[in-house]
Amino acid sequence: MGDILGMCITHSIASGMGGARTAGDLVARVQMARGMKTKDAKKYVADKLKVSVLDLTDSTVMTVVREELGLGCVAQLPGHPKGMEAKFNIAKLLDIEINSVNKFKQKTGMFTPASA
Amino acid sequence: MMANTMQRFGDGYLREMTETELRKDIEEGAHDAADRCGGSPLSDDELKHLFDIYASPRRFISVEPGNEILLSHDGGTIKLNVGVSGGAGLGLDIGRRTCTEIYERVLGSDTMDFGHVDYSFKPSKNILADEQQEMEQTLLSTIIPIYYGAMPNLGSYTRPDGPFRNPTTLLTEGKIEEAREASEEMMEAATRDMVYVASGMYEAGADGVNFDTTGGFGDVDFLSTLRACEILKKKYPNMFIEMGMAAEFILGIHGALTYDGVRLAGLWPHQQVKLAAKAGVTVYGPVVNTNTRRSCAWNVARLCTMLKSCMEAAEIPVHPNMGMGVGGSPLTDIIASDAVSRGSTAVAEISRVDGL
Repeated sequence: MGDILGMCITHSIASGMGGARTAGDLVARVQMARGMKTKDAKKYVADKLKVSVLDLTDSTVMTVVREELGLGCVAQLPGHPKGMEAKFNIAKLLDIEINSVNKFKQKTGMFTPASA
Repeated sequence: MMANTMQRFGDGYLREMTETELRKDIEEGAHDAADRCGGSPLSDDELKHLFDIYASPRRFISVEPGNEILLSHDGGTIKLNVGVSGGAGLGLDIGRRTCTEIYERVLGSDTMDFGHVDYSFKPSKNILADEQQEMEQTLLSTIIPIYYGAMPNLGSYTRPDGPFRNPTTLLTEGKIEEAREASEEMMEAATRDMVYVASGMYEAGADGVNFDTTGGFGDVDFLSTLRACEILKKKYPNMFIEMGMAAEFILGIHGALTYDGVRLAGLWPHQQVKLAAKAGVTVYGPVVNTNTRRSCAWNVARLCTMLKSCMEAAEIPVHPNMGMGVGGSPLTDIIASDAVSRGSTAVAEISRVDGL
């Protein structure tokens, strides 16, 4: 976005997808992993989550979806996946490689990813 | 009677303008961009949309549902604690891991940039292990994508800060060949540092790297970064690479440098994006400078016109810079939300960019 103090909050409310409050981080991950334009990345994520594109920025719908699928939420709910645990589920559900997840698997001897 | 509007200017201050003056400002901004870099002009509908955004008396404007875009950052985490290059931080006594968690859980960020306080590759290489350690810890506790961000900052390679002769000093002495030789030496060292640091952070688990303020030292800076991207993409095909620019126009510090047969000096965003894609960049971040003497409406009309050509040429996602002094935002540390929200809405709905 750019510099500097508090400006990101305004962008987030004016035009942003909402990050982990909604599905912004998931759409970003698909764009980053597959180089998709945002419109295509939104459709890809919506299809994977079995929701509409409009649902992706609805925090009420997405909180339920994220809890059900174990994708992590902004609220750190007891017993629910958080941090790295949630990223394991995100990589699997979206069918993308997440570098830190692959590194975790390598370091813990779970298995070596094909792309490593 | 002609209706009056309140318009924010590039210097950050509000001034009164009539609707006729506002309409004229928008048309002049669009013409200025078209005159400078060519490409398609804004349509009547696009000009009207811009006018509606800027004529509104509301203090905050936003996109319609469905038109939301992604937000990537530069220098993100360090803005909450120490600031950028020793100034203007919020002063929170927290580390970058906590900063990232705040961005994720409080501020709703889609992604986060994780950088060193100097935010340049050259100083980062000396403390790479520290950077890796903090990145690894942060990746365990967060969900959103995190990339390492830094500036190529070729200026830091010149004497007395670095080992090389300063091309800009040599140019003022009329030593053109010597200036070019010095530029080429600097590029080699800078590319090596960028690849070293980015590789180390990717090995630590980062999702990728953000080359921020690319082109700050003109074509010398741009070429060394394009070369670094090319090397990194071959080394790590899955690495996310974002390239954010320093200015709208590539200065010819060297003047004769080319990439893929294209001379770099004088390139505009719609030409820069093609080379970025060729080098393996995933997301390209164009810059359009803010003119502080003109209204934000003038500046954003100019921005949208330049972005229109850029979006037509782009085969990769585009996230324009929309912060202090660029992207139609005023040149102030704390930017008024009326200005930011209008610019944000305009590029999302008129330029149809992929993110900011």
